[in-house]
Amino acid sequence: MFIQIKNLSKLFKKNLAVDKINFQIEKNKTVGLLGPNGCGKTTSIGMMLGLIKPSEGEIIIDNKNLESFKRDEILTRINFCSPYIELPKKLTVRQNLEVYGRLYGVKNLNERILEISEDLDIKNFFKRKTGELSSGQKNRVSLAKSLINKPEILLLDEPTASLDPDIGDFVRSYIQEYRSKNQVTVLLASHNMNEVERLCDSIIMMKKGKIIDRGTCKEIIKKHGRNNLEETFLKLARSKDELQ
Amino acid sequence: MNFSKIYALGLRHIYLISNSLPRIIDLIYWPTVQIFLWGFISKFFTLSSDYYSNTVGIILTAAILYDFLFRVSISFNMMFLEEIWSRNFTNLFIAPIRISEIITSLTLTAILRALIGLVPAAILAIPLFDVSVFKLGLPLLFLLLPLYLFGVTLGLLVTSGLLRFGPSFENIAWASLFFLAPLGCIYYPIEILPYSLQIIAKGLPLVHIFEEMRNILLNNTVNYLDIIKSISISIVYFILGVIIFYSSYLGAKQRGTLINMGE
Repeated sequence: MFIQIKNLSKLFKKNLAVDKINFQIEKNKTVGLLGPNGCGKTTSIGMMLGLIKPSEGEIIIDNKNLESFKRDEILTRINFCSPYIELPKKLTVRQNLEVYGRLYGVKNLNERILEISEDLDIKNFFKRKTGELSSGQKNRVSLAKSLINKPEILLLDEPTASLDPDIGDFVRSYIQEYRSKNQVTVLLASHNMNEVERLCDSIIMMKKGKIIDRGTCKEIIKKHGRNNLEETFLKLARSKDELQ
Repeated sequence: MNFSKIYALGLRHIYLISNSLPRIIDLIYWPTVQIFLWGFISKFFTLSSDYYSNTVGIILTAAILYDFLFRVSISFNMMFLEEIWSRNFTNLFIAPIRISEIITSLTLTAILRALIGLVPAAILAIPLFDVSVFKLGLPLLFLLLPLYLFGVTLGLLVTSGLLRFGPSFENIAWASLFFLAPLGCIYYPIEILPYSLQIIAKGLPLVHIFEEMRNILLNNTVNYLDIIKSISISIVYFILGVIIFYSSYLGAKQRGTLINMGE
């Protein structure tokens, strides 16, 4: 297994945000992390990114404990995209990609910037300041930043939140296409069930810091006797008992 | 240390400055106003005070040196705050750059920002007030070094506070230097302070730096012991600042504040 999460917990004062979760992700697979707001998805991603220190448990990547990696050694292999964090607004798109490309030690940076810009159709606003872009444009620039280093592990936190259906579809198609052409293991946290069904090989459902179910989308829908993932999500989110 | 990454982070701030004329003007504006203000005051003192009658512009030189300290510290804080204001904080802390490289980059870029503001002001003082800080010669570098280290230390302490308490600590960032200024004996000799405060003041590098500056300008001699003392004290504070920064960073990881640090 490429990523192994073992008994991972995070306690913030008296709030147990993540409660002994266990899951594994195979190399080059996409796993969806679902659950209602406050269920511990972002905290789990934060721990995987090294931004939050776990209270307990282990994160093993490529057979090595995250703690034993040097900070820059592991972060070179990972990247993250979320609409809730932004790139410096006063820098142009090109400048932001250059700065992050250099921070990630990307070789042949100019070629890489050109390549990713063409792929994500952001070249025509290269010289504009990032803060002046529409949310759809900003989103694509953030995605470009998160792929600048060709990460082995890509963590996506609601990558299409607040996008119109057209741009949302463009981003989803791009992620699909990127995955098919590149070796990348993806953990996708999303509230968009269509997106999850379309992109994920399997899903993990969280609630109140715990994993309450897991499997492929079809398996989970069938198991709970619902017609689609949205209905299944609602059932699990509203149920009082923990099902797993 | 990976200097390419240090440069990359510095480049982010160089682009920020070079993209905006108002920012460049802002950097130059305040030191220049300081020079004008203290230039006229020192001119008045020169004409009216026996103490200053031998040394034209002693206050102006002190103002320039103090402004150097102020600009270094504020620049360090500003660059860190920029990441919070632009909601780029998480992106920076998930990039493969070590904490030591972040500190180094901010330290090096801080002097660049400080010099952009201060060099034009210091040059302006020459024709306007016939005062050149460069007349201090080589000892000027020995005075600037501890000021630089102490300015960065103050920056480290304020950014540690930002990591610990979040953006609400911002106001302290602006107030930090004014808090130490009275004890720094920038414009007056240490004897002016009450005895109890003199003991505290001697624990700061500022007193030794500004006493030495006055010694050079008034007596035309250099007391290297005072310079070594000021550099040594600054190094001790700098090391403490780095330790506090690291512990604040580890504390922020523990509390999970790195992932949602923003306005």
